[in-house]
Amino acid sequence: MAHPPASGPQMLTANCLKQGDVVYWKKGGWVLEFAEGEVFANPADANAALAAAEKFVTGNRVVAPYLFEVRVENGKVRPVKEREIIRGAGPSVRTDTGKQADHV
Amino acid sequence: MYRYDEFDAQFVAERVEQFRGQVARRLSGELNEDQFKPLRLMNGLYLQLHAYMLRIAIPYGTLSSKQMRMLAHIARKYDKGFGHFTTRTNMQFHWIRLVDVPDVLADLASVEMHCIQTSGNCVRNVTADQFAGATPEEIEDPRPLAEIIRQWSSLHPEFVFLARKFKIAVGATPHDRAALQWHDMAVEIVRNGHGQVGYKVIAGGGMGRTPYIAHVMSEFVEREDILAYLEAVLRVYNMDSRRDNIHKQRIKILINSIGPEEMRRRVAREFDEIKQTGTLQLPPEELARIAAYFAPPSFEKLPDVMPTGDADFENWKKASIHAHRAPGYAIATISLKAVGETPGDISADQMDVIADMMDAFSVGEIRVTHEQNLVLPHVRQRDLPQIHARLKAIGLATPNAGLITDIICCPGLDYCDLANARSIPIAQKIARRFADLRRQHDIGELKIKISGCINACGHHHAGHIGILGVDKKGVEFYQLQLGGSGAEDASIGDIMGPGFGEHEIADAVERVVNHYLKVRRDGERFLDTYRRLGMEPFKNVAYQEQLNAAYNG
Repeated sequence: MAHPPASGPQMLTANCLKQGDVVYWKKGGWVLEFAEGEVFANPADANAALAAAEKFVTGNRVVAPYLFEVRVENGKVRPVKEREIIRGAGPSVRTDTGKQADHV
Repeated sequence: MYRYDEFDAQFVAERVEQFRGQVARRLSGELNEDQFKPLRLMNGLYLQLHAYMLRIAIPYGTLSSKQMRMLAHIARKYDKGFGHFTTRTNMQFHWIRLVDVPDVLADLASVEMHCIQTSGNCVRNVTADQFAGATPEEIEDPRPLAEIIRQWSSLHPEFVFLARKFKIAVGATPHDRAALQWHDMAVEIVRNGHGQVGYKVIAGGGMGRTPYIAHVMSEFVEREDILAYLEAVLRVYNMDSRRDNIHKQRIKILINSIGPEEMRRRVAREFDEIKQTGTLQLPPEELARIAAYFAPPSFEKLPDVMPTGDADFENWKKASIHAHRAPGYAIATISLKAVGETPGDISADQMDVIADMMDAFSVGEIRVTHEQNLVLPHVRQRDLPQIHARLKAIGLATPNAGLITDIICCPGLDYCDLANARSIPIAQKIARRFADLRRQHDIGELKIKISGCINACGHHHAGHIGILGVDKKGVEFYQLQLGGSGAEDASIGDIMGPGFGEHEIADAVERVVNHYLKVRRDGERFLDTYRRLGMEPFKNVAYQEQLNAAYNG
């Protein structure tokens, strides 16, 4: 999907090739938890991470990496779009599934 | 049911091993994602919002108990213990791991199932009336023809790379339960003035961004010519469709741009050419051979006595039971729309119990409906109390089939990568709002259909009340449409106006329904009242709250 340039903070996400799991970029690698993902305050850092992620694509570790916007409120990071909130947690109608299931 | 012959079995087994090799090459890096994507899609494997999703074909919605048990096994072993029946009568698993897919396909092949042509620009799973072979209304069972179309269109060398996907349905009764007029192409089994059975062919229906109702291509095609005729339609589509614009690639756009008359002319020309070669004639013996797989079971001679019971049973009977062709038998719909649950979802445990019930009560067979319910096609009337009790024990005796809480709903933004908004929570909220059964009976037939994006997997264009989820700057909004129908009186719903917020849409629907109850005439369904009065009065009440807020704000 097309992602317009963002001005606010961003995070980098992809899917794990083997399992399909949603993963988030953290300091040159990937983590499963949204809360542990790295937040890029400026577009240059975000784009640099996206470029760096390419080696994980060619290395067949992840597929389809992209940046998405987040907002920081009271020190808590939250995706701007509903799509990324659901992707980070799991289906809102099945809280026993997805990443949220581990926190129940 | 149709059983694989040795060629079918060998082909599907080889296909599984091919895909096993393709997955291994993808994991080793021999194939990159761009090379692998078309291969996985050809095997029904998508990468969705949370994980890989595997879509399994259920031709004309017919499943054996053995197949149902296998779906339960896959749900348990490879997924999260549940599956989802779609509006194309397929099953989707939302949490499949790529590394497991070859084993899943091998398990499916062991019960004569696969995922071929459940994705991509090809002829998709052929659907049919869920009451096929059981209803007294039909001219003949539509499934033999559906199976012949499935065989003809599977890996058809000309039609595996069409401009876009192509959906075909078959029906055989004046009462359309398969949404024929909304299909790229559909066949209705008909009888002509001489009493001869043949096929009415329609084409150019479709939902999505540009909804259209299908046009008649031919009022009557002779039995032996049906494949030649269908091939002619597909050939014209394949040659003349717009491949340069993704929004104009479906056959509905072609037919409505050149006009149905011109389309009929082009099809007739192609049909003549195919007929002259004589290669696509359907020999009566082949039709008979396929029809034998669908021969009706040997029904017992039973008295036509419908059992009675308590209020729960009577309510379930009222919603779920339809007349059967054989005395003493009934068709029983199993609603997968328990109030507050996800429409179309079913757990592995429920699948196992249903499989046992199929064996005990319905000659080992079940049907999946495009309305995301199940149907036991051949049950003895005297078994109905027992069937109801067993369904009740597993939470599947909701007596709402055909009522306002029997909502069609796509997975939406909770699962789908393409969706703009969630659809399931809206369905759940509306179902809870109208949960009172007396109120549902008072409202009568009212079909609500909800899609999470313009692709319209939730058939919102065909809903008496349709709801389309849209994204407005990252926030979910819901457009209301009124007056659609997916039945024999097919029509495209009219868009009411600006969308409602997530917390407003159920209220708006309720105001529309309450207005209907106020203004309806005797015997009028919601759809009839809407067609009589038009949008204006319903629009006025739907936006009442917004108007009040504007004046008071």
